[in-house]
Amino acid sequence: MTAEELETIAQEEREACGRKKHHLHVCMAAGCLSSCSDRVKDALEAQVKAAGLEEHCQVKPVGCMGLCAAGPLVSVADQNVMYKEVTPDDAADIVGALKTQQPVQRLHCRMDVPFFARQKKIVLENCGVIDPERIEEYIAAGGYTALHQALTSMNTAEVIAEVSRSGLRGRGGAGYPTGLKWSMVAKAGGATKYVICNADEGDPGAFMDRSVLESDPHRVLEGMAIAAYAVGASRGYIYVRAEYPLAVKRLKIAIRQAEKQGLLGHNIFGTPLSFEIDIRLGAGAYVCGEETALIASIEGERGQPRPRPPFPAESGLWGAPTLINNVETFANIPPIIRQGGQWYAAIGTEKSKGTKTFALAGKVNNTGLIEVPMGITLREIIYDMGGGIPDGKKFKAVQTGGPSGGCIPEQFLDMPVDYDSLVKVGSIMGSGGMIIMDETSSMVDVARYFMEFCMTESCGKCVPCRVGTVQMHDLLTKIIDRKATVRDLALLEELCDMVRNTSLCGLGQNAPNAVLSTLRYFRNEYDELLVEDDAEPALADAGAKENAS
Amino acid sequence: MPSADKRWRIVDATMRRHGYVGNSLIETMHTVQESFGYLDEPALRFVSSSLNLPLSKVYGVATFYHHFMLKPQGEHTCVVCLGTACYIKGAAQLLGSLEKRFGIKAGQTTGDGKLSVMTARCLGSCGLAPAAVLDGTVMGKVGSADLLDRVSKQVGHDR
Repeated sequence: MTAEELETIAQEEREACGRKKHHLHVCMAAGCLSSCSDRVKDALEAQVKAAGLEEHCQVKPVGCMGLCAAGPLVSVADQNVMYKEVTPDDAADIVGALKTQQPVQRLHCRMDVPFFARQKKIVLENCGVIDPERIEEYIAAGGYTALHQALTSMNTAEVIAEVSRSGLRGRGGAGYPTGLKWSMVAKAGGATKYVICNADEGDPGAFMDRSVLESDPHRVLEGMAIAAYAVGASRGYIYVRAEYPLAVKRLKIAIRQAEKQGLLGHNIFGTPLSFEIDIRLGAGAYVCGEETALIASIEGERGQPRPRPPFPAESGLWGAPTLINNVETFANIPPIIRQGGQWYAAIGTEKSKGTKTFALAGKVNNTGLIEVPMGITLREIIYDMGGGIPDGKKFKAVQTGGPSGGCIPEQFLDMPVDYDSLVKVGSIMGSGGMIIMDETSSMVDVARYFMEFCMTESCGKCVPCRVGTVQMHDLLTKIIDRKATVRDLALLEELCDMVRNTSLCGLGQNAPNAVLSTLRYFRNEYDELLVEDDAEPALADAGAKENAS
Repeated sequence: MPSADKRWRIVDATMRRHGYVGNSLIETMHTVQESFGYLDEPALRFVSSSLNLPLSKVYGVATFYHHFMLKPQGEHTCVVCLGTACYIKGAAQLLGSLEKRFGIKAGQTTGDGKLSVMTARCLGSCGLAPAAVLDGTVMGKVGSADLLDRVSKQVGHDR
């Protein structure tokens, strides 16, 4: 593959696309597929054929368009019209409306609403636009030019400097500066190095990475290849959940296509870089999102974390220096190389640059996937973009960061969303799940839900997490059953402190977060469930008697 | 190979592709589960001897990961998503109604081997919460009555 060949593929694809007058895009990501968007696509194709429009109209499967709650979604790309909740029976009307240019009113989904208008798409720029199973479309959208640019006109230090300049921080949740991580792996000695993409998106309520993998898999491969060049790796792994069969399928297709085009494999773009990517399936263990546990799992072991240091950057997969980044982090790399770190750094806040994808779910009108610049407020996300709380209910809290995160109450709705502000109020950015709760949700119940999660997912290696989470779960159950006293609550708080400070990995250290944050802002809900402490006076009496005798 | 069953050849092919190295254990078990639906003792023994790993380790890894099943599943499976978004929208009640109707707990199979009720951490279909999967088909925004109705029809209890 040369730059000219890449340009030829892009041009041919654009010309083929330009020959068609109408472009019907049907969302074929998991959300819409589960509402049978595949049947909608078949119906549209049949209607196009029946209307004799095959020459002029293209029906294309694309990735996620974002508004998952209103699926199946269909967009008419040439008329900038989107349709929601489309059924196969609607196909005739949609095809009929192509000529008149008058959108079908009953299905029309306005795109000038804040949900779409307030987004800034960098990671998701191709989602819902290109066919994820065709590399030609990714190339036509400018794909793999960043890889070419990095390999042919930048040295490895320049690539890392560009990533550092962008201010990109790890999108898996911890927010470690990506450029710094890359330079650590690049500096580490050793002939063999690895690049791993963490696609073990385990947080319940988070589906950003899945959408990216299903909608634009080549972007992740390109990001990984640039990383491999920068740090000097020749082999990569994508560790993806077995629960995401569609993402796995599309990744496999993408890898095969990239290998065939010489964009993965030996001497990419005629340079000395050789890089191969393999997929490793997760097997349903949340703790494998932790980097050392993930490495153990790729090695075929039980997914148990080990103490750090040494960090994977020094000693990771099979003892070799290893770079681990999240799906979204890699997806940000090609645009950063193409448009420069400075461009990226101009977006967002001082310490959190760029954009972040969020999966908006729970008690909110517009559930779905969004990408917004860092620093946007929670209120803008929930009320403007999310369309507020359904059924006229009152907002109570928003939960970010999955089981390791916390609940944020109403008084912080005007706070900017960035890594540091979220930590300040007792939550974390996490991978980007955002669950909205209304007045009907009991916060103690929510705390127990997350504790049950951490308890079941604890790998059992260290005692504080293995035993502590069970004890905290039992105490929370006791509170909910109205059998707990003030002393139980005090014990719970003490346990939170112990588990947080003595656990080995992030799962245990963050397990108390749900309890701590709900205690901090909704303590009254705990207090209301407590019963009178009648044991204490009895004990005191017994003590007094003993003393007397 | 444990028997003349052709599916063992698929399992063997996975191990051969990885050169029978120990670190292909999880990949191999994925193939076993895809081929047979679950991992029984002969399968674990076969994998253990082929990859030259202690049986204890194979068993340890198989039981560590939620995805691997050591028992056969029912003819039909209904998976209720217990992800946060689904939980907030009443997934626990959905599961409760299924458990009550069929007299089994999550993770169990009915006595006649017709239905297994399972839970999932998160299907990633949060836009469709609460969601359940019946024999591979996702049902979104599903209510208890609707779910029971469809599961009963599928299982044929109402015939």
